[in-house]
Amino acid sequence: MRMKRWPGKRAPGLGGVMATLAMLPLAGCKYSILDPKGSVGLQEKNLILISTLAMLLIIVPVIIMTVVIAWRYRASNEKARFEPDWGHSVKIELFCWGIPSVIILFLAVLTWNTTHALDPYRPLADGKKPITIEVVAQDWKWMFIYPEQGIATINEVAFPEGTPVDFRITSDSVMNAFFIPELGSMIYAMAGMTTQINLIADQQGTFPGMSAMYSGRGFSDMRFNAIATTPEKFQAWVENARKSPAVLTAADYPKVAAPEEKAPVRYFSKVEPDLFQQIIAKYLGKAVSFNSGMKE
Amino acid sequence: MSPDSMTVDHAGHGGTHDDHEPNTVFGFWLYLMTDCILFATIFAGFAVGRHQYAGNVTGKDIFDLKYVGAETALLLISSVTYGFAMINTYQQKMGGLLAWLGVTFLLGAGFVGMEINEFHHLVAEGHGPDKSAFLSAFFTLVGTHGLHVTCGLVWMLVLMVQLTVLRKPLTQAYVHRLMCLSLFWHFLDIVWICVFTLVYLMGVQ
Amino acid sequence: MFGKLTLADIPFDQPIIIGAGGFMGLVVLAVLGAITYFKKWGYIYHEWLTSVDHKKIGAMYIMVALVMLLRGFSDAIMMRTQQAMAHDGLPGYLPPHHYDQIFTAHGTIMIFFMAMPFMIGLMNIAVPLQIGARDVAFPFLNSFSFWLTFVGAILVNVSLVIGEFGQTGWLAYPPLSELKFSPGVGVDYYIWSLQLTGLGTLLTGINFFVTIVKMRAPGMTWMRMPIFTWTIFCTAILIMAAFPILTVTFGMLSLDRYLGMHFFTNELGGNQMMYVNLIWAWGHPEVYILILPAFGVFSEVTPTFSQKRLFGYKAMVLATVAITFLSFVVWLHHFFTMGAGANVNAFFGITTMLISIPTGVKIFNWLFTMYKGRIQFTSMMWWTVGFMITFVIGGMTGVMLAIPGSDWVLHNSLFLIAHFHNVIIGGVLFGYMAGLTYWFPKAFGFKLNEKWGNASFWFWLVGFYVAFMPLYALGFMGMTRRMNHYDNPDWTPYLQVAALGALLVLCGILSTVIQLVVSIRNRNLPEYQDVTGDPWNGRTLEWSTSSPPPFYNFAIIPEVHELDAFNEVKKRGHEARAVPTYSDIHMPRNTPAGFAMALLAGVMGFALIWHIWWLVALMFVSIIGTFIVRSCNDDIDYYVPAEEVARIEGLHRARVASLEMTHVA
Repeated sequence: MRMKRWPGKRAPGLGGVMATLAMLPLAGCKYSILDPKGSVGLQEKNLILISTLAMLLIIVPVIIMTVVIAWRYRASNEKARFEPDWGHSVKIELFCWGIPSVIILFLAVLTWNTTHALDPYRPLADGKKPITIEVVAQDWKWMFIYPEQGIATINEVAFPEGTPVDFRITSDSVMNAFFIPELGSMIYAMAGMTTQINLIADQQGTFPGMSAMYSGRGFSDMRFNAIATTPEKFQAWVENARKSPAVLTAADYPKVAAPEEKAPVRYFSKVEPDLFQQIIAKYLGKAVSFNSGMKE
Repeated sequence: MSPDSMTVDHAGHGGTHDDHEPNTVFGFWLYLMTDCILFATIFAGFAVGRHQYAGNVTGKDIFDLKYVGAETALLLISSVTYGFAMINTYQQKMGGLLAWLGVTFLLGAGFVGMEINEFHHLVAEGHGPDKSAFLSAFFTLVGTHGLHVTCGLVWMLVLMVQLTVLRKPLTQAYVHRLMCLSLFWHFLDIVWICVFTLVYLMGVQ
Repeated sequence: MFGKLTLADIPFDQPIIIGAGGFMGLVVLAVLGAITYFKKWGYIYHEWLTSVDHKKIGAMYIMVALVMLLRGFSDAIMMRTQQAMAHDGLPGYLPPHHYDQIFTAHGTIMIFFMAMPFMIGLMNIAVPLQIGARDVAFPFLNSFSFWLTFVGAILVNVSLVIGEFGQTGWLAYPPLSELKFSPGVGVDYYIWSLQLTGLGTLLTGINFFVTIVKMRAPGMTWMRMPIFTWTIFCTAILIMAAFPILTVTFGMLSLDRYLGMHFFTNELGGNQMMYVNLIWAWGHPEVYILILPAFGVFSEVTPTFSQKRLFGYKAMVLATVAITFLSFVVWLHHFFTMGAGANVNAFFGITTMLISIPTGVKIFNWLFTMYKGRIQFTSMMWWTVGFMITFVIGGMTGVMLAIPGSDWVLHNSLFLIAHFHNVIIGGVLFGYMAGLTYWFPKAFGFKLNEKWGNASFWFWLVGFYVAFMPLYALGFMGMTRRMNHYDNPDWTPYLQVAALGALLVLCGILSTVIQLVVSIRNRNLPEYQDVTGDPWNGRTLEWSTSSPPPFYNFAIIPEVHELDAFNEVKKRGHEARAVPTYSDIHMPRNTPAGFAMALLAGVMGFALIWHIWWLVALMFVSIIGTFIVRSCNDDIDYYVPAEEVARIEGLHRARVASLEMTHVA
């Protein structure tokens, strides 16, 4: 699906781009943000569409008014009224302040509600027990640790479809952003801190993931695949990882985390317990923890 | 840059009135407001880092309130003596002005000297600014204030030289420079009171 | 002896860099050679380097801005070419080390060395004239500010050839910008060039605040001030409040890098989130520092060419002031993805949207200014109409990004890139181009060619849409910013179209260059000449004096009785032609001190970048010394005798009269 070429390889002209833009919501598979595969992404897509429509209610008339007024009151049109000293009208002023205020009031309510409903820290009300995956951003790859399964991977993450995933995210280097566009929200990964994001995939598929925060020379290849699959296939994936000869101990960790560009997918059959906490703790010294400091 | 950038311009150009001298003082006052934001930002940085000891010393371990109290006294008294200098300025008494400026200079120099001594001790004992976020913030905040005081001292010295060695008459331009320095000096006093309270008094608790 | 600097720091193995650097060097040599050949050093020194005249300083700011526009645009077109090429496993022609410098330099240059000098240049030329003043409050400081910006720009360009520029993105987020992850001199070039220009900007802010508060012509109350002056007043407030934060933030970053401190490091208690908060506490007001003056230009251009009074002056002032205050409570919307609580995110999302209310009011007010007017479609008016249509689209996408729920999928994507180019090109740049065309005859005495001005507008407008609409689409396709290469074939055609758009923009820039050349060559032709000083039938005081104005601006300070003061004068009919009685005019003397101090500061910046400590010390002492010497000089002003004023004014009157004669003939 993702590998399909743009129709006919033809570069779209201006008209083509405009037409494409107009058809955005319909243009399915290429527009990962507008064709989400999970409930978080779906709500975010709807939010984008609703807010855009609300604003178009005012934007389109303004653009039309601009063109019409500019045309009608051109200097060569002697028939149009000319009132050089007219510069004030209470009615129009009320309109000028009122219309934007109404739209913004609507959007403000929408914003307040959706910001709380979509808060990345909020567990997804699904009834199903979530699976926890710990994510470590390194130079320039992603490490995933499965504390419940006792395995770890590089640049590939899998989870069952329809099951909420509770990602715990930190960085062992510079700031990055953890992002799987088709599933929804992204969040920063920062050393010495944990951020958290709850996502879900409602269908099976392989979704590209990436760092959405520039992090240095290997940044462009800091990508991974997120595989949402059936519980059985997920179990098989875990078993496959458990067969890997590589294990991840605290002693080996620095070697694994060393800067690396275009890192291949790797599996570790065993992982040091609380490696994730150790990675965070090494930046804290004996200082007071400011772990996830901004979380309420 | 040195804070007295504004004083040179004696700003009497243009406009309708020939008397635009107050521009200098007004401009300088605005500069102090921007300096205020500068310090506020450093204070914010200190607030973020004040408990990040990273296994190194805390404020309680290193602050000697008596010593800092003496430092504070020097600076506060220097504000008073500068006030006397200004009274003499308004009365066009050159001798009194220079004498009080000299006293102010010595008090200010004493303050800076004590601060350098404090910093030197801390670094020598292994508590330099590179040891923890708390120490970075502490050295930066106190050091920035100290740097300002040093600039004030240089400025004071330049004014004294101009009025004595160069025998400049006490014209309006010089009165305005002295007024600007006065604003600067009192401003640094206020900032120091905040530093003393927020860094030292609250740091030893 | 030379700190970290060695010959190996000059990248002789990089043909693109050495070629560009060599070309720049040749241009500089050619200019210096030409000055020497034509024996113009005295002229350059007396009329420009040492000048404290706000009109000349303004012109120099704009020259720097236009040159840096060329530099910043070269970076842009290289990025667009790279991304159009580097698909499906192809590496493109720029390796990450070079590409990362280019996007960092592009952002830094366009904001700090293109937009800022352009804006400050326009306000230097227009504000003192609009308020009927003879100069700014602190002319020497003004010269110093300009030269600081100038040396900052020089440092950025030096980094091209000697060493490297930052590879961190234009805001240099730590820890990436810390010594551990960026051990080279790139970030140091970034820090010191911006510290220098930042100081210059701060001083300009203070200068213009005092100028506007204290030096308005008699009778010009706050509510009789032209809107452009109002926007500059608010800009000055924003500068004074925001730039000290920038100074401290970069100061802390340099303490981390130079003295091993821990403000923003990963280790020992440093807090990278503090940097992000501080830099945006400056950065968001900065956005309004750029856009408010553009709004001011549109508020001058629209009434002038609609030949009609501005609609809703009071609402316009109120909206400007509202934006000024709101701009300080929105900074967190730049990082909704940091993990703040829902209440915090929602609060900053809503404050951000609130800004669109006063902005919307402004759009409506320009619209109703055109309504019932007689609109003359000069290139300035085209820029304005183009702005109104383009900017509302950018405003809409801005509000989309202000909703945290949408931002969580659009943050850092090409959608964001498209958004801010939409408002910065469609708002800031269109405004400044209109302002340049509008005040150019005032500053130089002749108009700019309209044909090439219109060509520039259409190329920019179409080029903008072709270059950035695909980027909006790419944002929805999940493409993030600052990618050196990618292997999603769906993206390629869009990026190729965007590169085409960049080419159109290039044509727009070339049109402006041609416009300048053509206009300068034809400046003595009657259709270019601005003899009356009022080429557009303007409404504000700057049009009441000659073009270019005499160095003292106004022989007699005007008295203001109304808003649109000059328009009122013209309506009442010009005063009787009797020769008025002039009096002596008090003016500041030129001084080399500002130029010298800034130059020394530039060398000091270079020495700091390369850790050449003896040179740092030497330059520091020299700066202080120069300043002290300057402060000992009491002969900083003089009086222009009334007879001299009468002579200059007489010449001007004779010129206007002769023109009227030829018209009659």
